[in-house]
Amino acid sequence: MQKDSSRQEGLSRKWEDIRRSWYKFSRNPLSIMGLVVICIIMFLAIFAPFVSPYPESASKFINFYEASQPPSSTYLCGTDVFGRDILTRIFFGCRFSLMMGATVLALIVPVGVALGLIAGYYRGSWLDTVIMRITDIFIALPPLILALAVCSVLTPGIFHAMLAISVAWWPWYTRMVYGIASSLKGEFFVQAAEVTGASRTHILFREILSNCVAPIFTKMSLDMGWVILIGASLSFVGLGAQPPTADLGSMVADGSKYLPDQWWISVFPAFAIMLIVLGFNLLGDGVRDALGAERG
Amino acid sequence: MRTIKFIAKRLAYSVFVLIGLSILIFIIARVMPGHPARMALGARAPEWAVERLREEMHLNEPLYAQYYYWIKDALHGDFGMSLVTRRSVAHDIKEFFPASLELALYAGIFMGIVGITLGAISGWYANTWVDNLVRMLSYIGIVTPSFVFAIFFVLLFGYVLEIFPTIGKLTPGVVPPPLITRITTLDALITGHFTAFFDALKHLLLPAISLAMGPLSQEARITRASLVDNVQKDYVASERSCGIPEQTIMFKYLLKPSLIPTVSIYGLDFASLLGNAFLIELIFNWPGLSRYGMNAMLQKDLNAMTAVILVFGLVFIIVNIIVDLAVGYLDPRIRLGAERTQ
Repeated sequence: MQKDSSRQEGLSRKWEDIRRSWYKFSRNPLSIMGLVVICIIMFLAIFAPFVSPYPESASKFINFYEASQPPSSTYLCGTDVFGRDILTRIFFGCRFSLMMGATVLALIVPVGVALGLIAGYYRGSWLDTVIMRITDIFIALPPLILALAVCSVLTPGIFHAMLAISVAWWPWYTRMVYGIASSLKGEFFVQAAEVTGASRTHILFREILSNCVAPIFTKMSLDMGWVILIGASLSFVGLGAQPPTADLGSMVADGSKYLPDQWWISVFPAFAIMLIVLGFNLLGDGVRDALGAERG
Repeated sequence: MRTIKFIAKRLAYSVFVLIGLSILIFIIARVMPGHPARMALGARAPEWAVERLREEMHLNEPLYAQYYYWIKDALHGDFGMSLVTRRSVAHDIKEFFPASLELALYAGIFMGIVGITLGAISGWYANTWVDNLVRMLSYIGIVTPSFVFAIFFVLLFGYVLEIFPTIGKLTPGVVPPPLITRITTLDALITGHFTAFFDALKHLLLPAISLAMGPLSQEARITRASLVDNVQKDYVASERSCGIPEQTIMFKYLLKPSLIPTVSIYGLDFASLLGNAFLIELIFNWPGLSRYGMNAMLQKDLNAMTAVILVFGLVFIIVNIIVDLAVGYLDPRIRLGAERTQ
């Protein structure tokens, strides 16, 4: 009975925390703007087949009668050299970018965080040395170069691009969580859990991890933007998504051949990339301020 | 003495990281499906020739033995032949690296100076229209991919205004300065070829700025944030109460501690600069190592690729050492902390 009431108290306190964070978040117009932008883009991306004006333009489709049309009321963002509607392809491109960001984060966050927790908790042991030195080696190369290198030895494609970005990006989570975990290691609540005989997994994933959640969330919302940016860079040089897939990076690359006369082919996809990254940046900054987390 | 110990420790650590990096790159290069020997000789080469090359390249031996042969040659400066240029990779690196270094140096200096200046102005005039303008511009700078900047600059300055060249290092008619350091602007200055100097500078401007825009905005934001943070500290209030002029407070007391986060993130920003150079050099047809590396990657030229990545890893490690020293200079806590933990 008592246990129940204390649990309820803990739950209501959690709600109170969330409510306060949301209040702080909603006080900043820029954060709200970021949230709105991301929500709109997500909606358009998820329902791309239904909301886009010419869904058939998303992949292999040729209509030379309508090729290279400038923006008009029929084609809001114009058409490319194959007569495909740019706006439709942007919607589908956003879909790809968001999927890429989400997949990469889903791949690396669990791995990076788990490694950081283990290394931080066993600070000073051989586990710490091995994990953190490997992390250092991965960080010793600029992420884009590492991603390009991994991509180039594999066959080009969206899946391999995601794999390449993941290889380049996981160490940052490990390093961040390591810093927090190793400083929490000596705290009383961890010692109390150890004394009462809690299991290692309980200490690592319940006691320590719950204190890393705010910085991890902050970093994730900022990283969505960066991952999408790197993905666009990979596609730009032809190592990412392959034609006829609608992908923002490769659309900019293809369109840049027809500059400056047919500017709309590359300019609108470029704007789309900027808008997505801006949205996640504003959102991430807002989350950071609201959760009071340090810059990750 | 302390500083020397600090540097020695840092250097020893860098050597370790570099060895690790070479293993990582080697593994990545060997992951590739297909036969390097077959690729080197072409599809029509007879089977016995391929087999002989496999022997020569030690491809039949276990992975650690392959690594041993590879790193032994690499330490002697021999990275094998490039499959694309059909020349020794070491020779290619010597030829293309200075151009990349030159570009990265100009972009890096531009990024530091402009980023810190903008950040300082923005932080000093916090919450005024100047601050808001700088913050808005830096947001745009951060979210725009460098290749978009590059394309935009090529269009605006190269085609519309026609004031800057958009391709290569020098205008074809201009006599190139003699090769001393191989860094064109420096060679031109040393030998007094001023036409070549200004021409090279003009060619550098657009690629360097498109490279610097993103990281520069990051620097400005960090500087602003840390300046705004420090202005609220007690020591600034006490300096003000003593009647010390605002300029003195800013330049003598406030700027130095406020630059610590900016300088520590400089290494990270330089990383994105080096990475983006792979795209920018391709767009501007800049005859540098990044473009060479990018072409090697696109054509699966493994020898050239591994060597180029290793070179960039080395550059990045050196930049990080410099950054660490600079942070140590700005922040005595780090220098002394490093001493205390020993």
